[in-house]
Amino acid sequence: MNANIRKILVIVEETCREMDRAVNPVTRKAVAFAVVDNPCAGKFVEDLEVLMRIGAELGDLLGRRAVAALGVPPSEIESYGKAAIVGAGGELEHAAAILHPRLGKPLRSAVQQGAALIPSSKKMGGAGTSIDVPLGHKDAANVRSHFDAMEVRLHDGPRTNEILVAVAVTDSGRPLPRVGGLTHADAAGKDELR
Amino acid sequence: MSFTVRKIVITLDRSSHDFGPPKSVPLILGGICGVVSNPFAGRYVEVLEPAMKDLEPLGLQLAGELLEAMGCEPGDIEAYGKGSIIGANGELEHGALWHTPGGYGMRQILGDTRAIVPSTKKVGAVGTTIDIPLAHTNAAYVRSHFHTLPLQVPDAPRPDELVLCLAMATGSRIHARMGGLQANDILGEDGLR
Repeated sequence: MNANIRKILVIVEETCREMDRAVNPVTRKAVAFAVVDNPCAGKFVEDLEVLMRIGAELGDLLGRRAVAALGVPPSEIESYGKAAIVGAGGELEHAAAILHPRLGKPLRSAVQQGAALIPSSKKMGGAGTSIDVPLGHKDAANVRSHFDAMEVRLHDGPRTNEILVAVAVTDSGRPLPRVGGLTHADAAGKDELR
Repeated sequence: MSFTVRKIVITLDRSSHDFGPPKSVPLILGGICGVVSNPFAGRYVEVLEPAMKDLEPLGLQLAGELLEAMGCEPGDIEAYGKGSIIGANGELEHGALWHTPGGYGMRQILGDTRAIVPSTKKVGAVGTTIDIPLAHTNAAYVRSHFHTLPLQVPDAPRPDELVLCLAMATGSRIHARMGGLQANDILGEDGLR
């Protein structure tokens, strides 16, 4: 394993009521996130291969953990997203190296299919910095009821030479969606968008 | 439905380097937050959809003001994003009202952009930060243009307010070197590649 993991956390958020209305079935989001050493911290490193490898490992590990936290088969995952916070000794591009080249493939295996783009965010931050992990439908990016986000925060990370990496999944869209647009039920999931 | 503007906050972030070789032209990330009253706060309102139309003028105004603040022409903008923070008396779904008008405003100002506008939303208190995801305006898979701009208004949203955000960027991440689809290789037809 290339990733030197200090911690792994998993959070499940269930929304049962909103504006005093029952949400039935409840909407559920899960995020799994890890803080790992940043082997490229403190200097300009041209080739970020080591971080790309870490991305592949974490896509698999965090994807499976997040899906497991919801306790549903991978086929019942409806939306997903990913994000990273780079500690101050690193470079924003280090987050890109983890997130973009290789994290997606194992994550898509963990949620079965995943035809659509995996929405993402990245930033630099210290211990306690929060990040909003954007969420979008896993097979049809234009499904409006599933545009959402999940805020993630770790009180003691990332430290200066660490990176926090998060993968979020849901088995539902927003609670009580009613701004129209394409719905989960109507999405064909063939062209990544619709 | 009326969304009264209390204030507008613009954030400009110009980067010249990030450890790597300095750029002759800095990357500009711009964000604009419109703080407006939430006419749906405090109770459950079933029908929200017509209010998207009411927000279109604000989408147009914020997109125009942001472009002007960045000192840019429409053709200078290569990536965009949007988001919303709902004050604590509102519902996540009230932030979803911004999807259509936010995108409409930027498309009107920037021309015929093809790619989906990436977004985030959350319920939050005064001073809550929101991370606005950014992606290429014509091809969502351009890897060098995945970026994020955190935005915050220190005194908003109050419980009955919304913070409606747009963001734009003049280029890729400052030292983008993760391969993948390049901006000059896109077809720009299907919004993806």
